[in-house]
This record gives sequence, C-alpha cells and structure tokens, in this order.
Amino acid sequence: MFDIDRWREIFQSINKNRLRSALSGFTVAFAILLFTLLFGIVSGLSNSFKSAFADDAQNSMFVRVWQTSKPYKGLQTGRTVQLKNSDFNYVKDEYAAKIQYQSARIYKNFTLKYKNEANSYSVRAVHPDHQFLEKTIIDEGRYLNEKDLQEKSKVIVIGRLIKEDLFGEKPALGKRINMNGSSYLVIGIFSDEGGDNEERLAYIPITTAQMIYGNNDYISQINLGYNPDLNLDQAISFGNQLERDLRSKLNIHPDDQSALSVRNMAEANKNVGSFMAILYAIVILVGSGTLIAGIIGISNIMIFVIKERTKEFGIRKALGAQPLSIVWMVVQESVFITTIAGYLGLSLGTYLLSLIGDSLEEDYFIKDPSVSTEIVVGATLVLIISGLIAGYIPAKRAANIKPIEALRAD
Amino acid sequence: MPLNIEYFREKINQQMIKIEKLHKSYPIGKESIHVLKGIDLHIKEGEFVSIMGSSGSGKSTLLNIVGLLDIHDEGNYYLNGELIKDMNEKKAAILRNKFLGFVFQSFNLISYKTALENVALPLYYKGVNRKDRLEIAMDYLEKVGLKEWANHLPNELSGGQKQRVAIARALVTKPKVVLADEPTGALDSTTTDSVMDLLKDINNEGMTVFVITHEEEVAAQTKRIVRLKDGIIVSDELTKNAKQASHV
Repeated sequence: MFDIDRWREIFQSINKNRLRSALSGFTVAFAILLFTLLFGIVSGLSNSFKSAFADDAQNSMFVRVWQTSKPYKGLQTGRTVQLKNSDFNYVKDEYAAKIQYQSARIYKNFTLKYKNEANSYSVRAVHPDHQFLEKTIIDEGRYLNEKDLQEKSKVIVIGRLIKEDLFGEKPALGKRINMNGSSYLVIGIFSDEGGDNEERLAYIPITTAQMIYGNNDYISQINLGYNPDLNLDQAISFGNQLERDLRSKLNIHPDDQSALSVRNMAEANKNVGSFMAILYAIVILVGSGTLIAGIIGISNIMIFVIKERTKEFGIRKALGAQPLSIVWMVVQESVFITTIAGYLGLSLGTYLLSLIGDSLEEDYFIKDPSVSTEIVVGATLVLIISGLIAGYIPAKRAANIKPIEALRAD
Repeated sequence: MPLNIEYFREKINQQMIKIEKLHKSYPIGKESIHVLKGIDLHIKEGEFVSIMGSSGSGKSTLLNIVGLLDIHDEGNYYLNGELIKDMNEKKAAILRNKFLGFVFQSFNLISYKTALENVALPLYYKGVNRKDRLEIAMDYLEKVGLKEWANHLPNELSGGQKQRVAIARALVTKPKVVLADEPTGALDSTTTDSVMDLLKDINNEGMTVFVITHEEEVAAQTKRIVRLKDGIIVSDELTKNAKQASHV
C-alpha cells in the first residue's frame, strides 16, 4: 500500500520539525546502538570460549591415573595405578555402543634427528582414532592406521613445526628420522588448531612403542570420544559410570579422585553452556530494557508532537479527514523515523564491532564480536513494532478528540 | 405527468438546512449550561443568512452543530434532506467533505503548507489525484485574486489574504453550504469589505452561505438576519438586499 501523497505529507511534516524528528530518531538510534554493541560483545565472549575448547573434540573424555590416596581392599596408599591394554579392551568391549572413537596414549620424550638438525620433542604413541579425538589436521601424507599397529611399523607423523625445525623448506615426507637410535619413516605432517605446542608433537603407533620401549602392555591414558547421539546429561552419566567401573576393576577406592579420574568434555560443555545462557539472559534483559527505554522515549516525543498538532488535526478533520487517516499519518511517520534511525544505530553498531574485531581478544577474551542476521532481523522487527505502538496509542487518542475541541486547542 | 411537477416543486422548496426544536447543553462541573433552547430554523438552497447575537447567545454552538463539528442533544437536524443522527466521526468527516466548507475567524490555515497546498487539502481527503488537485486549487486561488501568492506560506500573507485563501479552500470541493464563523472578526474594515464582497459573489453564484457575526455592518450585507439571544431566536427577517434581489 504505497500512497505517494501520504508520504509527501509525512516528509513535509518531518522536514518542518527537523529538531523534533532528529531527537526522536536519536533516542531510537542510541538504544539500538547499545543493544547491538551489547549483543556483539557477548557473542565475542562466546566465540572466545568456543575457540578455547576448539583444540580437542567436543565429545572427548580422558581417563587418567596417578597414585592412590586411600587404602582399599588391603592395598596401601601411594600405590601407582597402571593402565594396561586389557583395560583399554575392557572399555572397548563394555561400552561399544556409547563410544565413537577410542585411543590409548603413551607419553615419551625423544630427540629427533635428521641429518645435522636435532631437537627434543614430546612423542605420543597412539591408536588411529586419536586423529579425530585431537582434531589433528593432516597437511601431507597420512595418519597412523590399523596396519601400522598390527605390523608394529616404525612410522611417524610429525607436527608442522617439527618439520620446519628439522627439514626447513625441504620435503619431509618419505624421509627417515632418527629417534633415540631407531630409524622412523615420516608418513605424514599435521597441523592443529590448539596452538604451537600441539604442532611440536609427533605420533607413533602404540604397539611399536610398547614393543621397543619396555616391551610391556602399559598405557598412560585412555582417550574416548563418546557417541555424539548422547545428550550432555547422558554423556555425563556415562563418564561417571566409566569412572566407577574402572575404579572397581583396578581396585581403587570408589571416592579416590587422585588415583583415577575421567575428564569429561560434556561436563565442561555443560558448564560453559549454562554460563553462556546466563550471560545471554542478562544481555537480553539489559538489551530489552534499553530498547524499552528507547520506545518510551519516542512515545513521549510522539505524545508531545500530537499535542502540538492537535489543532492541525482539528483543521484536517473539519476539511474532511477521517480519524483513521490521521492515525495512519502519525503512525507511518513514527514507523518511518524509528526504522531509519534504528537502522542507522544498527549499522553504526555493526561498524564499531567490526572495528573492534579481534583487538580485544588478548586482554578481554572478546573474539570477533558480531551480531547474527537473526538478531538484526529481530531488532528491526522490534523497531517497526515499537514505532507502531509509539505512534498508534497517542494518535488514536488525538484522532478521537472532537474536532470542535481540537480546533480550540493552541 | 403530475408526479414530475410535484418532484420539481419539492426540489425548488428543498430545505438545505432544516432544524426543529434543537437543544444543546454543556456540562460544566456538576451543573450543565443550556445553550440552545429549542431552535427552529429553515434555510433554503441559495440563501445568504447571518446569525447575530452577543457572545454567549449560542450562535457558535449553532454553527458547530450545523457544521457537524458538534452533536445536538434533542430535536432534529436535516442537512440537504438527510437526517443527522447517530453520527460517528467517519460519517461526519465524509459529510463535511462532501457538503460543507468552513471559514474560520482565525483562518486555520496549516502553517507549513503553502497557500496552494492549503487550498488543495480538502481535495486530498476527497481522493482527487495530485495533479488535478493542484490545478483545481489554482483556479480557486485565481478566483480570490491570489494566484501570484500560491507558493507562499501563510505567515507571508496579510490577514485579508489569509482569509481569502481560507475561502478558496472552503469552496474548492464545491460544497452545498459555506459556513463562516466570524470571518471578518480578525480583519480591518477595508479587508472586511473585500472578504464580504467575495462571500456575496459566491452567494450570487447560487451557493448557500451561513455567516456568524456580531457586527451589524457585516450582517447588513447578507440577505437574511437571524438574531439569537440566550439560546432562542428572537427575530428572523430579510434584509433590503434580499428584497432588492427579488425585485430584480
């Protein structure tokens, strides 16, 4: 319903009352600006949290062991708990349905040497699934596979930074590295979003490590990825159950936290999730407060405006204006001002957020603050509706004043 | 065909405004003031009537009711043969736009619109398109001698000019009745004469003109004077203008 004449009337009225229109526009623009900044900064915080956990898979669980701190079943305090292949297989058989990925880990520290370059690095002996648990990104070659494990091959996957240290610009794939006196074939080069430390690692088959370094079936830790079909609560109870079962299998006191623990990302996720939910709730509360203040501001101005124009409305009515046409005239003007001003506020807010960018990430944990399309569309709708309300209520009242009274007004 | 003759006789005697036993009170606090106490008034098409009376006599109230700006309490009011009853704002607005033109003492022009736009405004509410509106409005401005002032704002015009713009605005929809509430009240004697001449011209073209005034000189230029006192009509007589006109 585009009525050029009505728009002409509205522009004439806005143009005649520039200060008033600018003031009411400013109220709305400012409210929306604050709203945008608030939302953007919280989304920046949320981004920081997400990237802090980006290193590992969101569904990972780590089973780790240390020394017992409580006597149990005649066993003394201070016993070192040792995980073995049998424990790994027990978990694998017992919980197959609840597990997506599973890998053991043995930690070693070795000097890696290629030609004249040598350096000491952390080396992890793992299963092939480890790639998905650690979100290892293969840049060249391949990761470890089942065949490597069966054959106990002396193969190695090295981090991007090890490759730079030892090989520089030259190709590393297919070359042999000397590790602690044994020769390993480089089959892959990887990178990792977890940062530099994660890229100064090397991975070898767990079976190879067990055979060469100790000739036993010990493992340091079991890493799991729970089945993504489980929801957070189910995943948390799975973690608790696993913890209880392993303690009983390994003869550990049920409450002995320092002997065996399962670090469950589901719990961290749940905590972060509820923290972010509270943060968003606060923002929505404060943000809608700001918006409401803006709406009340523009309502006030509209009430004043309509009082000022009562006589004009009386004249228009005497000339044949129907009440509804006056209501629409005011509402359309109000919606027009709120929409334009709100859009300006929104654009300015988005622009400021883009200026901030990642500059606050180091000190304030705000990463890439921005507002989503849904928020923008939602805020625009809120603006239009608020313009409607802000204009409609006083306009309806003004339109209902008898023309004789309106004409008498000054 | 006798029926046809009857029809024409009725048409000739058509009452433009017919008021029977009209009453109006205004509440003031707990009391109420009885302003119009049973007015009977018949005005035919083409009459030039002035209502005289001191302030408080009820003449403005009468004009407001006739102009559908206010509603009466008791009695009947027929405008152009239509009984005015159960008026809502929308219906009143349509009738005002169709049948009535207003001229006010304080002109009531819209300050941010030019003379031309002010004159064209009633046509906007009538639904005439912009091009035609401005053309018609310009014709009427020319008629009141203000074509050169078409694009001036009201505050750039003299009192007499403003009232002529208001008259052009009242005429632009070709109403049945022009209602003028103290049209010369804010003008000096020279401009008063020019405005009255304009109203006379309009009446001579056949339009019904209904003027409210408290000035004898103004009333004397109309064709019929109705005097109100304390809410009742005390006299209703034709002036010599009317007698002259009927002799011509």
